[in-house]
Amino acid sequence: MNPVNYLYLAALLFTIGAAGVLVRKNAIVLFMCIELMLNACNLAFVAFSRMHGNLDGQIIAFFTMVVAAAEVVVGLAIIVSLFRTRHSASVDDASLMKL
Amino acid sequence: MSALAASGATLTSTGEAVQFWVLGTVAVIGALCTVLMRKAVHSALCLAGTMIILAVFYLANGAYFLGVVQVIVYTGAIMMLFLFVVMLVGVTAADSLKETLKGQRWLAVLCGLGFGILLIAGIANAGLTHFNGLGRVNSAGHVQGLAELIFTRYIFAFEITGALLITAAVGAMVLTHRERTERAATQRELAEKRVREGVQLPPLPAPGVYARHNAVDVAGLLPDGTPSELTVSKTLRARGQVRDVSGQALEDLKALEQASAERLGREEASK
Repeated sequence: MNPVNYLYLAALLFTIGAAGVLVRKNAIVLFMCIELMLNACNLAFVAFSRMHGNLDGQIIAFFTMVVAAAEVVVGLAIIVSLFRTRHSASVDDASLMKL
Repeated sequence: MSALAASGATLTSTGEAVQFWVLGTVAVIGALCTVLMRKAVHSALCLAGTMIILAVFYLANGAYFLGVVQVIVYTGAIMMLFLFVVMLVGVTAADSLKETLKGQRWLAVLCGLGFGILLIAGIANAGLTHFNGLGRVNSAGHVQGLAELIFTRYIFAFEITGALLITAAVGAMVLTHRERTERAATQRELAEKRVREGVQLPPLPAPGVYARHNAVDVAGLLPDGTPSELTVSKTLRARGQVRDVSGQALEDLKALEQASAERLGREEASK
């Protein structure tokens, strides 16, 4: 099997995640799509790490996971406080700054 | 597979190819379901499946530490956090299908398609044909190799990550914490308020009327046979999950009569 297949899979997952961010309106699902994109990047990093025979790719993927964990904690806290004030998790309803 | 990755083989085995095509298909289906499912819970479950498959891919690529961390951190911690928030926000809340911007969905799909084609074409043009393998860098052990890098070359990134995690934890607490602006009412005050308003003095009536329907979502019947909304919990009423069985007793009786009539008719026919 050609090792580039892993990169194709990563690109496909990233694209699906990006399209999901554009299409969906529920803030939680939007967030899940972002996680999907991050995971796709991690897969590419791991595949590159094996291709080039060094561990730097895996270290970067590890840091990505840590940052993703921090991001999820803060993001979900924002969603919860948004839901408290507006009683909806839809991103269309968050339009307080609209003219 | 692990022996291959460790020995620094440049070609992948047939087993890995089979694994890739089978699990890769499932991963893509899971990702698509994440995007297309209407309910957030289903999306979360599909995403968890995709993440577990990605963990298997990490293991197959010789990233044993990352594979385990993926299962523990992503599917164990992050997805559970997602599920908790989904339950806080409301499991039944489905996405609205109304488009606020006209044609936005098709444009988004078109953008995604174009982006994907561009990305995949770019990868296809790159001359990547073989794996160098991790045999050389893993000679002193995989986790030892990772630790050596984290605690030497990436030490600053590692320390800043710690600061980031602390900031994130404090930030989440600050964002979700709500200060109580007034004192909580005592039981006596609540009782006095109830008497003053005079809407519902005694405790609320219990739900369910028949021996067959004593579930909390079945409204109790008033003397004239109409269901009383008061008997059902406020949460269920808000969700519209009140079950009305007032007409069901008559239907049951009708079905019973019909069944006995059929049976009697058959017995008469057999005589």
